[in-house]
Amino acid sequence: MNILGLYNYWIVVVLMMIGFYIVIAHENLIKKIIGLGIFQTSVFFFYISIGKVAGGTAPILDEKYQLYSNPLPHVLILTAIVVGIATTALGLSLVVRIQEAYGSIEESDIQAQDVLDQLECSMEAYGIEHAEKLSDQDLNE
Amino acid sequence: MRDLFAVVMMSGIYSLISASLFLDLDAVDVAFTEAAVGAGISTLLMLASLKLVGRYEHKSRYKPGLALGVVLVTGALLIYGTLDMPYFGLADAPAQLHVAPRYINDSMAEIGVPNVVTSILASYRGFDTLGEVVVVFTAGIGVMSLLLVSKQTKEESQTMVPADMRQQIILRVVAKFMLPLILLFALYVQFHGDYGPGGGFQAGVIFAAGIILYTMLFGLSNSQKLFQRKKMELLTAVGVLIYGGVGVVCMFMGGNFLDYSVLRHDPVHGQHLGILLVELGVGITVASVMIVIFFKFTWRTVKHKYKE
Repeated sequence: MNILGLYNYWIVVVLMMIGFYIVIAHENLIKKIIGLGIFQTSVFFFYISIGKVAGGTAPILDEKYQLYSNPLPHVLILTAIVVGIATTALGLSLVVRIQEAYGSIEESDIQAQDVLDQLECSMEAYGIEHAEKLSDQDLNE
Repeated sequence: MRDLFAVVMMSGIYSLISASLFLDLDAVDVAFTEAAVGAGISTLLMLASLKLVGRYEHKSRYKPGLALGVVLVTGALLIYGTLDMPYFGLADAPAQLHVAPRYINDSMAEIGVPNVVTSILASYRGFDTLGEVVVVFTAGIGVMSLLLVSKQTKEESQTMVPADMRQQIILRVVAKFMLPLILLFALYVQFHGDYGPGGGFQAGVIFAAGIILYTMLFGLSNSQKLFQRKKMELLTAVGVLIYGGVGVVCMFMGGNFLDYSVLRHDPVHGQHLGILLVELGVGITVASVMIVIFFKFTWRTVKHKYKE
């Protein structure tokens, strides 16, 4: 065996980095969630490929077979997939609420609105007269 | 791609392909779950939320250079980290030596269930699975409270919501034939999980997928008549209670929490009974959480359409 015997980890790393890139480089929240999903499957592949034994079979006991793959990662990942869809649904419903509150699911739009809101809040806190001066300055900036 | 519809479809295909890869890696139960969850339910939920948030992505204002740099550096470091890992498929890798041989060699005598994945899931690592079921339940509660139905929509819910696919006669007829088969298959997966691939998690998802198919073709109102929202919301908790209840009963009968051996005189029979009940609890919670989540998302879409 040479270094190419590690190829399963490299596939995992490539998938993981694709997911990571989607999460950090895209503004759209739905795309971010899909990216997180790809990241998640890369971890699933990591576990399952660790459990694979060459020449083994699925871990359902039968007298005909002697060599089985490791069942423990299967259990961990099987539950992780179902928990994953439940948390994805939670994330999607957060996105839906964000859309309803902000009218957009693009990160920069949301941040711009937040900055405006904060500005208005601080203007109210300082009182209106002061705020008028402030707002002129800030708008120019 | 700016069209998110295409992106969601691609991610569904990706899930299906990864399911077949899991199959190739001997993880039949995992492949089962991934095919039902990733290619089925997750794609549907994504589409439902696309309907609510808009189909097209805006042009990104970020410069991808920095992100690409971060990703490449992290990837290179991770690849460097893999150089110490054991080769793929080795039978004497550290992961294969610790607890796995015990599960494979002794589980038949201790649990009496051929599918080792089921016996680990429900018995050896029963605590872990209880935790996962509670997480699914909590996520269900989270979705319910985030997409809460307001008073206004309660009045609207009295009115009938017509099905969008009323005209699709072929689909409706075929679905009527398939629906009992899907539900029957879900029950088979549920109760045959001890002997073949399957179990509560997969069965719950398949059952929910059947109900979702019915909802899509025959309308939300019809389906909510059958599966009333209140009852489904109660069922999410009932599943968790069955699971926890089995554990408490074990304690009352003199064993440890979730130690099923004391349920019957013969420890192996006790394990059988315990696994059956626990998987039933898992199945009920997973199915009802998925159905409730789907109802919440569709209800939002329908509501939006009727406001406009």
